[in-house]
Amino acid sequence: MRNFLKNARHLSSLVILLGVGAVAFIALRSLVIPADFGKYGHYRAGALDDIRARPISFAGRSACEVCHSDVVETKTAGKHAAVSCEACHGPQARHAEDPGEVKPPRPDAAVLCVRCHEANSAKPKWFPQVVSREHSGGESCKTCHEPHRPKVGG
Amino acid sequence: MSMNRREMLIESGKLIVLTGAAAAALDKLSGATTEMPEKYRMAEHWWAMTIDIEKCIGCGNCVQACAKENGVPEGFFRTWVERYYVKDWEAEHPEVDSPSGGASGFPESRRAPGKSFFVPKMCNHCANSPCVQVCPVGATFETPDGVVLVDEKYCLGCRYCVQACPYGCRYIHPVKGTVDKCSLCYHRITQGLTTACCEVCPTGARKLADLKNPKDPVHEFLRQNSVQVLKPQMATGSKVYYKGLDGSVR
Repeated sequence: MRNFLKNARHLSSLVILLGVGAVAFIALRSLVIPADFGKYGHYRAGALDDIRARPISFAGRSACEVCHSDVVETKTAGKHAAVSCEACHGPQARHAEDPGEVKPPRPDAAVLCVRCHEANSAKPKWFPQVVSREHSGGESCKTCHEPHRPKVGG
Repeated sequence: MSMNRREMLIESGKLIVLTGAAAAALDKLSGATTEMPEKYRMAEHWWAMTIDIEKCIGCGNCVQACAKENGVPEGFFRTWVERYYVKDWEAEHPEVDSPSGGASGFPESRRAPGKSFFVPKMCNHCANSPCVQVCPVGATFETPDGVVLVDEKYCLGCRYCVQACPYGCRYIHPVKGTVDKCSLCYHRITQGLTTACCEVCPTGARKLADLKNPKDPVHEFLRQNSVQVLKPQMATGSKVYYKGLDGSVR
């Protein structure tokens, strides 16, 4: 017993060291780990808001149709009715925000039409395809076809 | 005024019901004046996608749109299109190509008899995703509305998830050094828009689907068609449903 009391000094310093360590650990942990970590699962809930805050590039067709009702009318009866505006015209969110300032470039029919309609054996059989060289002989598609209602005479 | 127990219970019952009704009415009133995006409730959605192979024409619109919407660096892909060619019965050895991820379409390569078709690929937003399981720091996770996302601030770039993904959907961003992948355009779908790839798909081959929305046409699509997910044997709980998927597709 005397021996133990003599050595308790060593033990108490160890206990104090452990206590300080534990407090330091808990303090550091609460500093480093954000409060929302674990709200939904083992991750930072704030990451969802970070990702949601990213800007959009494509405005979506309903945004286009607010102003361009004439094009909607042209398209409605045609084969391209289901094709959204930005599929050909590219991302236009900035144009939708500021129509006066940001003007979308005119799509290049020479590149655009054939991306979908150039014949390819891997394309599904139902899809209208042509070998453009034989079909138009280098003439622009727009000479005969109106892109918003592509059927000739339609 | 003295009350017996019965009266007291009735009165307090009335009080509880009436306060509840008033609170509900107040909620409804204030709800009508708030904007839609603020009202997004994760618990009401469970996002997925359907891809109709028979409608895909390999134009690459989805690949280009995804890159523009999400700033995907050149040479990397959050979504890409593969062209399969199966000569005859050798479904285990298909020839697959995807020049620049199919972003500019596909050059005609062969007229030999055989089966050829396009398969758009992307993150499958698995419900039991291996990538989430291996992340040591909680940087990749599945949201309560069923989208697998990456927390760029937490990602160490350790590449565990890149290896774990059975679909090859992840890459290390060459500038940020963190992992990057399809976010199912989470910034768009949470404000009522569709994903960039679905927005520009000219044939409607890709469709964003909300499985928790009973009015979503996806339910009719899933009931009427034979659908399959990629690598079902991996039991990842993939939520990208393919219609007309050939057995040769890996």
